[in-house]
Amino acid sequence: MNKLASSRPKTIDQVKASLPKRHLSEKVFRSIGLISIIISLMFLFVLFYTIVSKGYTAFQQTFIQLEVNFDERLLDPEGTRHRDALSTADYGGLIKASLSKLFPEVTTRNEKRLLYSLVSTGAAYQLRERVMDNPALIGQTQQVWVPVDDEVDMLIKGHTLRDVPEAERRLRDVQIAWLDQLEAKEKLALKFNTAFFINGDSREPELAGIWGALMGSIYTLIVTLILSFPIGFATAVYLEEFAPKNKWIDLIEVNINNLAAVPSIIFGLLGLAVFINFMSFPRSAPLVGGLVLAFMTLPTIIIASRGALKSVPPSIREAALGVGASTMQAVYFHVLPLAIPGMLTGVIIGMARALGETAPLLMIGMVAFIVDIPSNILDPATALPVQIFLWADSPERAFVERTSAAIIVLLGFLFVMNALAIILRKKFEHRW
Amino acid sequence: MTDIAKIAQPSNQIERRKGDRRKHTRIHLSRATVSRDNRRTVGEATVSDPRIHCTDVNVFYGDKPALRNVTLDIGCQEIIAMIGPSGCGKSTFLRCLNRMNDTIECCRVTGSIMIDGQDINDKSIDVVPLRAKIGMVFQKPNPFPKSVYENIAFGPRIHGLAKDKVELDEIVVTSLKRTGLWEEVKDRLDQPGTSLSGGQQQRLCIARTIAVNPEVILMDEPCSALDPIATTKIEELMDQLCTDYSIVIVTHSMQQAARVSHRTAYFHLGDLIEVGTTEQIFTKPVHQLTEDYITGRFG
Repeated sequence: MNKLASSRPKTIDQVKASLPKRHLSEKVFRSIGLISIIISLMFLFVLFYTIVSKGYTAFQQTFIQLEVNFDERLLDPEGTRHRDALSTADYGGLIKASLSKLFPEVTTRNEKRLLYSLVSTGAAYQLRERVMDNPALIGQTQQVWVPVDDEVDMLIKGHTLRDVPEAERRLRDVQIAWLDQLEAKEKLALKFNTAFFINGDSREPELAGIWGALMGSIYTLIVTLILSFPIGFATAVYLEEFAPKNKWIDLIEVNINNLAAVPSIIFGLLGLAVFINFMSFPRSAPLVGGLVLAFMTLPTIIIASRGALKSVPPSIREAALGVGASTMQAVYFHVLPLAIPGMLTGVIIGMARALGETAPLLMIGMVAFIVDIPSNILDPATALPVQIFLWADSPERAFVERTSAAIIVLLGFLFVMNALAIILRKKFEHRW
Repeated sequence: MTDIAKIAQPSNQIERRKGDRRKHTRIHLSRATVSRDNRRTVGEATVSDPRIHCTDVNVFYGDKPALRNVTLDIGCQEIIAMIGPSGCGKSTFLRCLNRMNDTIECCRVTGSIMIDGQDINDKSIDVVPLRAKIGMVFQKPNPFPKSVYENIAFGPRIHGLAKDKVELDEIVVTSLKRTGLWEEVKDRLDQPGTSLSGGQQQRLCIARTIAVNPEVILMDEPCSALDPIATTKIEELMDQLCTDYSIVIVTHSMQQAARVSHRTAYFHLGDLIEVGTTEQIFTKPVHQLTEDYITGRFG
């Protein structure tokens, strides 16, 4: 016995001999993990830095202070104060008049056109709103801050450089000279860009806002949630807890897994063919968008929910069945409370995907240029990612910062959604 | 045959050889008269006034038979122990009695299991009242991840046993008192049942079962995960409970079977080998296999 033991190397020696190799492989694995995390964090930082550094300027807008004389002869020559008369009056004329008063030396037609183009076309609408709200303004003279044209805005913010040759920039030297004069008189100022948050889309960057797209996204997501949440939950619970194990159920399972891998544009085509062509639902409507995105998110929700249900230990089901609970009661009182956090995670992953989805929305016409804010799920609307796509496509320099700002809003929305999910999950988890 | 293959030989062959050797040395001690090859049940499988009457119960997992032709009665107010080596079908039989085998997809049960004049395998039988009548305690303590109170209140609530909160409270308190858990948990009824110790959890599971006031309690190795002190408590509890309930207990501990049960059934590889009073089984087994098992020659 002793002889046998001594002829073989001792176990402890063998273990010791193998230790350096084991430690090395562990170290290598750990450092690979660490490096990959650092790399991904770096990319994330670069991404956020690019977006925020490009986008934060869009939250401010250059305004010009004008001394506007709400001239009764121009606005309401007949003195009726009738709403129709007031709404069709020449407010652009008021702005032109006050600009001419600032620069009396400008007389030629060409120069006047250059001068007037400094102010946004939206300024006239703002004046009209003021007058419509308060007709008593007519006849008074007031200092009014109105937005400048996007090219001016870019120059003030430093995005357009002054030292490029005149032929290569949109603003003439004479315009820059006027702006310098205005700046010297403190008639120009950067203010918070409220318009960006309350307006719909516009061809004019200084008037374009995110609110329409945001509302479109919210309506679309509400439709998606209302459809995919109960259907996904019910499907997962049925398949996991009630369905008999047979070929048909296997077939359904395989198909659900396949659907999760179908490119989203295919779902868009389906929506176009079924909802718009066959069922004649309105084009560009959040209703159709929501339906399509619900189709797209259902497999994700079902698969994640089934995973959560599977992870509930079978002993809990047996315990409930053992005291005489029906399957429904066992599921409702004991399995679901344990599975809900995981199921909610699935829903949030699905909804986050739906929020960021563009391709299927293009197919059903949510890519249209829509100025009005949608007020229900049947109004034409666009969605945040589509809005980003549209702006990124626009030639105006000012849309660059607005694109980034829209991305910030989208990410913020996503962040809020995820935070909500985590809060909900924590709340359910605390129930044991 | 290589050395490793020899080592990997089925252990029962080795056991049998060992058994043969012992038989030579102790042949005069053996009182068993039925040979090992006989797989028909010996002893008194039936009683005069059975609570549950099982006839020719066969269980298959897929095509594989797990239990063959078991005929056995469960008497009123008795504790009957099922013993036998692992995989002999005793737990399978236990799970037949409240149709817990329904949860296993490929499981098929034939034969008749009569309670109150009804065959529980009948298609028309609803498992909900059946399981309310035949409660079950599992091998691993499995309290719901809810409060101690909710654990016990769940059964009475879903069956509508309490008219109001007061009655429900009463059921919970009585159940806890009967399992001897009341003094230990009365100050933490609102804490999760999973926070109790193993023995307390198992008693909580028993309390949960008796809160529904069943007529039969099935226990599937209730003490296998517990220490001797907790085991003693549960055995004492079974002793008290059997005045009201019939208890069927599956156990790996022959000492436990000997301590708590009135009758004992010995299973071997899917066959019910021998049934008798506990005293007879452990002192004068009739079947050779039973004797092998209780004398520790295998299993």
